[in-house]
Amino acid sequence: MKNRKPLSLHIPEPEARPGEQPDFSGVRVPEAGSVRRPDPDAPDHEIRDLAYSLIRVLDDKGAAVGPWNPRLDPETLRRGLRVMMLTRAYDDRMYRAQRQGKTSFYMKCTGEEACSIAAAFALDRDDMCFPSYRQQGILIARGYPLVTMMCQVYSNELDPLKGRQLPIMYSSKKDSFFTISGNLGTQFPQAVGWAMASAYKGDDRIAASWVGDGTTAEGDFHQALNFASVYRAPVILNVVNNQWAISSFSGIAGGEETTFASRAIGYGLPGLRVDGNDFLAVYAATDWAATRARNNQGATLIELYTYRVEGHSTSDDPSRYRPSDEGKAWPLGDPVERLKKHLIALGEWSEERHEQTHKDVAEEVRAANKEAESHGTLGGDKKPSVKTMFEDVYEDMPWHIRRQRQQMGI
Amino acid sequence: MIQAINSAMDVMLTRDPDVLVLGEDVGYFGGVFRATEGLQKKHGVKRCFDTPIGEGGIVAVAIGMGAYGLRPIVEIQFADYIYPAFDQIVSEAARLRYRSAGDFTAPMTVRTPYGGGIFGGQTHSQSPEAIFTHVSGLKTVVPSTPYDAKGLLISAIEDNDPVIFLEPKRIYNGPFDGHHDRPVQPWSKHPASDVPDGYYKVPLGKAAVVREGSDVTVLAYGTMVHVALASAEDAGLDAEVIDLRTLLPLDIDTIVKSVEKTGRCVIAHEATRTSGFGAELAALVQENCFYHLEAPIERVTGWDTPYPHAFEWDYFPGPKRVVEAMRRAMEG
Repeated sequence: MKNRKPLSLHIPEPEARPGEQPDFSGVRVPEAGSVRRPDPDAPDHEIRDLAYSLIRVLDDKGAAVGPWNPRLDPETLRRGLRVMMLTRAYDDRMYRAQRQGKTSFYMKCTGEEACSIAAAFALDRDDMCFPSYRQQGILIARGYPLVTMMCQVYSNELDPLKGRQLPIMYSSKKDSFFTISGNLGTQFPQAVGWAMASAYKGDDRIAASWVGDGTTAEGDFHQALNFASVYRAPVILNVVNNQWAISSFSGIAGGEETTFASRAIGYGLPGLRVDGNDFLAVYAATDWAATRARNNQGATLIELYTYRVEGHSTSDDPSRYRPSDEGKAWPLGDPVERLKKHLIALGEWSEERHEQTHKDVAEEVRAANKEAESHGTLGGDKKPSVKTMFEDVYEDMPWHIRRQRQQMGI
Repeated sequence: MIQAINSAMDVMLTRDPDVLVLGEDVGYFGGVFRATEGLQKKHGVKRCFDTPIGEGGIVAVAIGMGAYGLRPIVEIQFADYIYPAFDQIVSEAARLRYRSAGDFTAPMTVRTPYGGGIFGGQTHSQSPEAIFTHVSGLKTVVPSTPYDAKGLLISAIEDNDPVIFLEPKRIYNGPFDGHHDRPVQPWSKHPASDVPDGYYKVPLGKAAVVREGSDVTVLAYGTMVHVALASAEDAGLDAEVIDLRTLLPLDIDTIVKSVEKTGRCVIAHEATRTSGFGAELAALVQENCFYHLEAPIERVTGWDTPYPHAFEWDYFPGPKRVVEAMRRAMEG
């Protein structure tokens, strides 16, 4: 008989379940402005502390403090705030449309708007984005028409994707926005390949991609980091750590023992851990990584620390696996409220202007939706010709697909 | 054949600055089968380079490159190793055009040696073609001669859709008729080994009638084309042997024309039988030629087991089994 302790299996569990008090006591929130900002050309091995810290710019009073303050002009800040508010209003309207049976499915990005929109503001308009399904804010920041987005969600006669894609799986090459996949993480190494191609051609455009904390467990995540490191690809690799992958908390993805930003270290990449609800911090970190990429110093992994306020999708019911008031207890607040507070503190905004903007974006969404619905909603008569179902499988339609189309009598 | 494949890439690297080659060991070393020998030295490290051992990553970055506007050629060292890239091939490369309504495409050629006959055991002998022909959005190509290999590969590289280019590794260095106990033949004695130096194409989607005959139609591709030709001689039958060359899109017209003439059909492939590409071929022949058929369609395939190392020649669908199938087809 060996005198050894029996082994025990560890299954990670979140701090709180439904009916319990939200508990974020384990979340360490450093003071805004307290994290150092190295030069963007610093060697990765000298900045490993940044993968375990939390870069924050906006303090509790709404002041922008510390070395990461990107010193954006008030007009840019107001534009950023408006895009976040517009995105939230858009999400609300589309969520309602799903509940009204006008589409099959929807995914909101509530609470995570800064993760995509501040990044889009920091990137050039033609830098190529490889998003996941929760970065609709990039398209809105780039001025993609809301009506067209809605027509995609409704799979109607003006759906640019001809009714082929699940709602919210947008695609717009013109806006440097890659076609969204439902298979998690596939876009991460693709972004690396696009960035390698840009470097191969001596172009000056960089790539950026986004995945969630859950997706960091996919092989594609690690392939992306490895290839990005090996070829010094000019790419920004973002992990939106919103704490929840459907019903699995971030500990199931591997976030219990270490940070997602620290995944970079083993690959010899810089890893930044950033307050994802702080528009200025996200902007500054993206700008830092973009500078590095444009100087041929390769990729950066950025963990955007945030919280998924709503369900995973319209098919999800988060009250079944987490406290319903957890979002309100999230210690990093709300990105819209924090940027609003900052602008007011600067004397560049007011409650009245905010309320007016709130009304303006709601009206903009309402008008866009009216127009989109006039072109049909899912299940209605106004949809792309069924003939188009057989197109674009290949550049030229092969005989067997043509024959199948003929079997349908079209 | 390996020199012809090398020449196709050399020609395309020379013609098109957007073509590049990537894969495991393909750079300085020139690939484990020497398919990329000399390409890095001639065209530079940025045109032909080594990758980490991560097939999913290799194909994914090639998709990203294709989306940018390049024409990457990927080498997967053995078809048996392609499965880590399966999601990227099936869910991504094959779907980009459709799901983005033509906005994004992945013009990419995935070259990979496949098939048995080299004592490679179950991890160096598989024939996974049917897995790819099952996926809409992919083209699947299998050459059987040096001339075709070069012309088809150039067509694949220039194609704007992703192409799975399966290279029958048993015939890289010479045709193989399945008589494993006979001396190895070099390509130099084969008429289709005369490969022009420069640019030429063999179109995708066109089969070749490599032996005209009136008794029975044999549908084959890759190494099995040579086995089928030898089997026709062994059986003393006037068989019509069709080299499919492209499995998808398939040249149905050539198949139908031949089976309508002979009224009999044998399908031969190395891959396992159940849900193999032969099942699709049999269904198509039945759908298109039912009233011309004089006998049941015969399939000669690998057995439905993993590829066994020590039983290579019991497993490989050699001339003996093909001859038997042809005779059965003649009896009906």
